[in-house]
Amino acid sequence: MTVMEQRGAYRPSPPPAWQPRMAPAPLLPDAEPYRVLGTEAAVKADPGLLRRLYAELVRGRRYNAQATALTKQGRLAVYPSSTGQEACEVAAALALQERDWLFPSYRDTLAAVARGVDPVEALTLLRGDWHTGYDPYEHRVAPLCTPLATQLPHAVGLAHAARLKGDDVVALAMVGDGGTSEGDFHEALNFAAVWQAPVVFLVQNNGFAISVPLAKQTAAPSLAHKAVGYGMPGRLVDGNDAAAVHEVVADAVRHARAGGGPTLIEAITYRIDAHTNADDATRYRGDSEVETWRGHDPIALLEHELTERGLLDEDTKRTARDAAEAMAADLRERMNQDPALDPMDLFTHVYAEPTPQLREQQAQLRAELDAEHGHQEGAHR
Amino acid sequence: MTTVAVKPATMAQALTRALRDAMAADPSVHVMGEDVGTLGGVFRVTDGLAKEFGEDRCTDTPLAEAGILGTAVGMAMYGMRPVVEMQFDAFAYPAFEQLISHVSRMRNRTRGKMPLPITVRVPYGGGIGGVEHHSDSSEAYYMATPGLHVVTPATVADAYGLLRAAIASDDPVVFLEPKRLYWSKDSWNPDDPQSVEPIGRAVVRRSGRSATLITYGPSVPVCLEAAEAARDEGWDLEVVDLRSLVPFDDETVAASVRRTGRAVVVHESGGFGGPGGEIAARVTERCFHHLEAPVLRVAGFDLPYPPPMLERHHLPGVDRILDAVGRLQWEAES
Ligand SMILES: Cc1ncc(C[n+]2csc(CCOP(=O)(O)OP(=O)(O)O)c2C)c(N)n1
Repeated sequence: MTVMEQRGAYRPSPPPAWQPRMAPAPLLPDAEPYRVLGTEAAVKADPGLLRRLYAELVRGRRYNAQATALTKQGRLAVYPSSTGQEACEVAAALALQERDWLFPSYRDTLAAVARGVDPVEALTLLRGDWHTGYDPYEHRVAPLCTPLATQLPHAVGLAHAARLKGDDVVALAMVGDGGTSEGDFHEALNFAAVWQAPVVFLVQNNGFAISVPLAKQTAAPSLAHKAVGYGMPGRLVDGNDAAAVHEVVADAVRHARAGGGPTLIEAITYRIDAHTNADDATRYRGDSEVETWRGHDPIALLEHELTERGLLDEDTKRTARDAAEAMAADLRERMNQDPALDPMDLFTHVYAEPTPQLREQQAQLRAELDAEHGHQEGAHR
Repeated sequence: MTTVAVKPATMAQALTRALRDAMAADPSVHVMGEDVGTLGGVFRVTDGLAKEFGEDRCTDTPLAEAGILGTAVGMAMYGMRPVVEMQFDAFAYPAFEQLISHVSRMRNRTRGKMPLPITVRVPYGGGIGGVEHHSDSSEAYYMATPGLHVVTPATVADAYGLLRAAIASDDPVVFLEPKRLYWSKDSWNPDDPQSVEPIGRAVVRRSGRSATLITYGPSVPVCLEAAEAARDEGWDLEVVDLRSLVPFDDETVAASVRRTGRAVVVHESGGFGGPGGEIAARVTERCFHHLEAPVLRVAGFDLPYPPPMLERHHLPGVDRILDAVGRLQWEAES
């Protein structure tokens, strides 16, 4: 019997009823970025927390300046400054508990330092003496990640594993606006939502991916809107308002810890410096735009609020500045020492046990080094 | 001495058994991938695991290879031993970014602090009449990535032993499963499957005196067949099954070639830039004075894997191997 002959037997029925799996409305972000500083909400903020944020912001700004200076002295191969974005870096990191994990992107040195990573070790990647300078398990900070967005699925896997083991650990994964276009961003969000993994995704939308503005990156109304399609809540926050970032991230962390699943947060901020010290930002943006954002500076915003409320006297300010200076001096001094590198380390951590092939190459380098050494000694004699 | 009844089992069954035993032995072993749960994988290698160990330990993931491997990285960071299945060889390509940028180098970049014990199971190779993207041999890509072990069994016993060893390894292992051998049987004893082969040793599958066939995975049975056929022409061929491409067992290979003085490398993947070039070079470097002829290669052609109706012309078969063996009668003037 042919298909044509069967035709008469088939009676089309109306299509089965369709309903969305959940109402999209509660997942939609607010129309305006959430703000605390300068609003009613500020009254409820914990003064101790605000002061701590202030001290960390001041230290972070100084860190950015010092690291940038170190590139000029050739002590760092490159530095992607987060000047202007310190509120996101610091407030997000401080919203985590000690047992939680941070998955930073390459710009997020300050977040790593805010979690306790040694300021020098946090720069190892950028200095070039090794790829990762710190033990990721010590402060639960994954290695600074240079391929964009690829650390996001790691955060999902780790958070998922922790949950399977019965640990109430949350992972905070940071990514830039450009990174949201990568496939790994999509896959990570989708996995997190399907698995209800305790992950908080924080997009620092600083306006540019190197030179490419957000409008050329996405046609979405906001990056926070992307959450809806995955079935997770999206939040929009003023990324220069440290109190707001802290509150929104802390909320999402609590929600995740309680089993509520992931959240996507978009923090609206701005990169005041160029992409890195090697970038010429004048080719893609005008001074007036930068100046406008300088008027919305995260440190000034917080300082203003604290001063208005009588929470910041000259002493506290000076203490914060002095601590930042001390950190910078220590960073400068330790970064000005030449790292002692052992070339034989090249072979130490490729595999748990070197392959026979690596053993041969190790012996080759050993011989070369011995010859070089003997040669130098001979020359000195 | 008790004699154990040796039942024939398929390679797929041995792999299933290896996964099951590994999961039973170690609660941190997690199997994940597309369709690995309820269905048991499109080749049924994960059959029954979700039922026995629960969906949290044998997980049907969303359809996203980078996501599968990327989340496995995070799970391994938290102390688990993920075993991920890539449904078919060419569908592993979306996961290359994770494999190359993270899986292979996390130990190195963290100076040994963060090793990733991940096993990536990749059904690979042709000969099953698959349509495009279902027959690739991608081992050269994996071999070219430092930090990965690359392993491929050719027998049922090795499928079990090597997979157990891969899962137990503290380093990432790309475990290449020759899919056309999934249904092959040999006398492995499923009731007593203890043998766990260390990764990195080749084995002489057939000893002979006049030349060595160096091969692995799906080409091993073909080479054994060729060796039988070559007897009629007076060739006594030795067949070396590499089992592990990384690390590479130079010793076993070189010892064989020094004995025989002649060698042919046989594999399905393309010859240009393929594993055979590396192997031939290594053999030449080690055995130059023992060689009576150049090391030859019998490989797939250098083309995208052909459509199923033409694949038999592409795959190295007995005749092409015998032809190469004939060419080992190297004449000085040629
Ligand atoms: C996969 C990948 N492609 C390209 C690059 C090169 N790259 C480094 S930073 C960058 C822009 C990133 O922009 P964004 O995600 O917005 O982060 P931001 O620099 O603003 O912090 C690019 C293209 C990279 N690191 N990784």
